[in-house]
Amino acid sequence: MTPAVIEIRELEFGWSADRPLLRIDRLEIAATERIFVHGPSGSGKSTLLSLLAGVVLPQRGSVRVLGTEIPQLRGAARDTFRADHFGIIFQMFNLVPYLSVVENVTLPCRFSSRRRDQAQARGGAEREARRLLEHLDLSAEAGSSRAVTRLSVGQQQRVAAARALIGRPEIVLADEPTSALDADRREAFLQLLFRECESEGATLLFVSHDRSLEGLFDRSLALDDVTWQPVTAET
Amino acid sequence: MPIFGLALKSLLNRRLTACLMVLSISLSVMLLLGVERLRTQARAGFANTISGTDLVVGARTGATALLLHAVFRIGYATNNVSWTTYQDIARYPRVRWTIPLSLGDSFRGFTVLGTSGDYFRHYRYARDRALEFAAGTAFDDVYDAVLGVDVAREFNLRLHDSLVVAHGAVDAESSRHTDKPFRVVGILSKTGTPVDRTVHVSLAGLEAIHVDWQSGVRAPGAGVSADEARRQNLTPRSITAFLVGLDSRNAVFHVQRFINDYRKEPLLAVLPGVVLQELWDAIGVGEKALLGVSALVALVGLCGMVTALLTGLNERRREMAVLRSVGARPRHVLALIVGEAIALGAGGLAVGVALLYLGLFIAQSFIQTHLGLFIEIGAPSVYEWLLLALVLLASFVAGLWPAILAYRYSLIDGMTVHV
Repeated sequence: MTPAVIEIRELEFGWSADRPLLRIDRLEIAATERIFVHGPSGSGKSTLLSLLAGVVLPQRGSVRVLGTEIPQLRGAARDTFRADHFGIIFQMFNLVPYLSVVENVTLPCRFSSRRRDQAQARGGAEREARRLLEHLDLSAEAGSSRAVTRLSVGQQQRVAAARALIGRPEIVLADEPTSALDADRREAFLQLLFRECESEGATLLFVSHDRSLEGLFDRSLALDDVTWQPVTAET
Repeated sequence: MPIFGLALKSLLNRRLTACLMVLSISLSVMLLLGVERLRTQARAGFANTISGTDLVVGARTGATALLLHAVFRIGYATNNVSWTTYQDIARYPRVRWTIPLSLGDSFRGFTVLGTSGDYFRHYRYARDRALEFAAGTAFDDVYDAVLGVDVAREFNLRLHDSLVVAHGAVDAESSRHTDKPFRVVGILSKTGTPVDRTVHVSLAGLEAIHVDWQSGVRAPGAGVSADEARRQNLTPRSITAFLVGLDSRNAVFHVQRFINDYRKEPLLAVLPGVVLQELWDAIGVGEKALLGVSALVALVGLCGMVTALLTGLNERRREMAVLRSVGARPRHVLALIVGEAIALGAGGLAVGVALLYLGLFIAQSFIQTHLGLFIEIGAPSVYEWLLLALVLLASFVAGLWPAILAYRYSLIDGMTVHV
């Protein structure tokens, strides 16, 4: 088995100390794995992503990402770490309204020198952005000066995917990115995302409550209740 | 700094709001600088009106009233100084020169001043500047007149043109000295003082046009022609006031005491610089209030900006979360909002200064003709730069408030997108 990209041990998190929302005894995710995370609303799916990205900190336990203990990093270091190693796609409204399509995609390169350098190695951030957009069937949109808010939801989500992938971050976190898309577009979007994650060598954590997509992933995690333990792996 | 480019793009995206914010700041900056400039120019013009004169002497009245009348041609003199008294003081030791001033007549709203040739020799304004002739010479004949530049310009008068002065301050048909017109022999260069708005004639000329007048009206049936008047004794019986120059400034208090204690007639001698300062201090309250009001207007402009930034903040929480997800730190979010505020402030300053200069160019001649105030259009003074820097600093401070809110939002929200 490839070494774990993400390792969680005895993690406990709650917005208030007396009521833990999330408790994970043990979770390991290997490089380039495609993981489907599901569970009802309020089961802590998004919180898990926030914990991994270092936006919130656990009350107890260890979160290791690429060998780095996230809770031990200081705030600024966590921000840098997130910018360097994570690509993040939200449910909707992923784009900064006053930037062009390409500027939205290259946004991580403004904040992460690592990803800027990686993009540079492939011919520059802008060229890399156009390449990714092209791969995501957005070659026409890449050149247009149209406001990003005018794009369809599906197009916006694909721009967000290109942004998550630029500069080759190791991990892509996707928080219900398909919930605003209709059924056939969901699968098309996923296929594109899979293909790009694979060619970039990225690990994908995909959160959704739509179990119909589950079969497309390597394995899935269920966050059913707070005492969820240990991690069950399905195929 | 990756964030400043973002701030500009964000503003560009909200062009209309941003333009309105810039406009409101620029108008307040224009007002602030405009008031400041009028203030300093008015003060300079005021202080520059008279220079080199040690004492202003007139019949006993208020010091301010005497100065306003004798120097600024504002108001009326209640009493005159007799000619013999004037002669007496002019001969007093240490007195180097005197300039007699006789006021009371007018030419279409402009003051007519009766004086002597010493006026052109000794009168000084600004920093020891003498009067200069743009054309012609000083008066020589009884019916010669020397015009201030504004008088000549307003009525398009040239050398050898004739003009008729009127008795009293109101130029009515019935009170004109039509039978004894004056001839323009000289036009003075621009001074930026009341001299520009004055018609200068000799004391003899003033006497000549009044030989057949008694207590303000033409004596019935006593017409004396202009040439007949020449042959009469044209030495005035009295004058309104006179300026005194001494051979040394040290003598000023001694001579002042001599004049104020003069026994034959109640007189008042004042030091023009001191009275000007007193006068300005009195006006200064209003002038400071004006500056205060314009500072408040600047504050209102900045409040408008803060309001607009705060209103936009809630709908921008999503944008902040996106920025956080791509690695922006909370301090980047802070810098984004502060950057926008500074950009707006700087834009407001630039537009405001441009508007000010445009306004000055347009209003310069209007202010000069209607307020008698010459506005010099020069580079901003150190104080004005300071005011500008203060506005920029204020826009930075004003931007801090919404920025800190955004910072706190971004800490609370993290990457959670609020819809």
